[in-house]
Amino acid sequence: MSSNIKMTEAPPGLEGQGFFATTLDSVVGLARKNSIWPLPFATSCCGIEFMATMASHYDLARFGSERLSFTPRQADLLMVMGTIAKKMGPVLRQVYEQMAEPKWVIAVGACASSGGIFDTYSVLQGIDRIIPVDVYVPGCPPRPEQIIDGVLRIQDLVAKESVRRRHSEEYKKLLQEYHVK
Amino acid sequence: MDPLSHDQIESHIRTQLGDVFTIIPDSYGVFTMEVPLQQLYRVVQFLFKDEALGFNFLTDLCGVHYPDDQGRELCVVYHLQNMKRQTRMRIKTFVSSEKPEVPSLTGIYASANWMERETYDFYGIRFLGHPDLRRILNMDEMVEFPMRKEFPLEDPLREDKEDFHFGR
Repeated sequence: MSSNIKMTEAPPGLEGQGFFATTLDSVVGLARKNSIWPLPFATSCCGIEFMATMASHYDLARFGSERLSFTPRQADLLMVMGTIAKKMGPVLRQVYEQMAEPKWVIAVGACASSGGIFDTYSVLQGIDRIIPVDVYVPGCPPRPEQIIDGVLRIQDLVAKESVRRRHSEEYKKLLQEYHVK
Repeated sequence: MDPLSHDQIESHIRTQLGDVFTIIPDSYGVFTMEVPLQQLYRVVQFLFKDEALGFNFLTDLCGVHYPDDQGRELCVVYHLQNMKRQTRMRIKTFVSSEKPEVPSLTGIYASANWMERETYDFYGIRFLGHPDLRRILNMDEMVEFPMRKEFPLEDPLREDKEDFHFGR
């Protein structure tokens, strides 16, 4: 029977009749990786590219991220797309703080990554001055393919992350550096 | 109704209020006058209330910084409009940056409220008598007034344009 349904590969483990043994980390990573709920924080043209990414032509749903979360409390991935003004900074930080662990952040486009062309008094020179960022997507604005690639890089991180990472001293120190509650 | 001519506006103010203004020529077809700070409120109130002139709408209000003009570094420009006669005019008033205090026009035009806050935000001009003079567009923590010429345009915290990134 031929089928074009693509299945995810099982993680490495011991297989026998009626059982399959593997590490908890890899099972949790596999599950998390293929059901990331993104929170779009779109402020300008990168947000328009993201709309194309979500729509039928590029279809981010193919990667298990069709369920956008418009509340930070149920989101896994904060996608910051566009220029963040300094006045918007505290709002962005609050959104990040409201997200439940584990959480990841992707900075889409030049403005979110570094301030872009807006080298001026009113614009935040990269969101990593406020919150920790996992993946940066370059471009002004990046094409939908690039945004999808950024999400796939996030998936790599999610798949490999240990379930204990968020309890580690190292991680707590990181959040302290950013003064995130 | 026909638009008011420049001569009509000028002679009417002169007969009613006396010599309280100087004409600024070459203003792209818009009647423009400079009014000393002490006379500003009185003149604008007259322009608003007077039946013949009736400038009933404050289109715009903004600041300008002339750092080389000693004693009158900061300028506030008012754009007034008579909607019935389809006539516009400008008023400029100058103030020193030592003591940038200008009377607020919120008592005459309610629309002056946010525009004066914006002008305060960018130029640091204090509008005396304003009900709620605080920053409107920039973040509250900002201490500078970014549209003044001495304020650097680029963000000093920016790192990715430093020379060493490009082998210079």
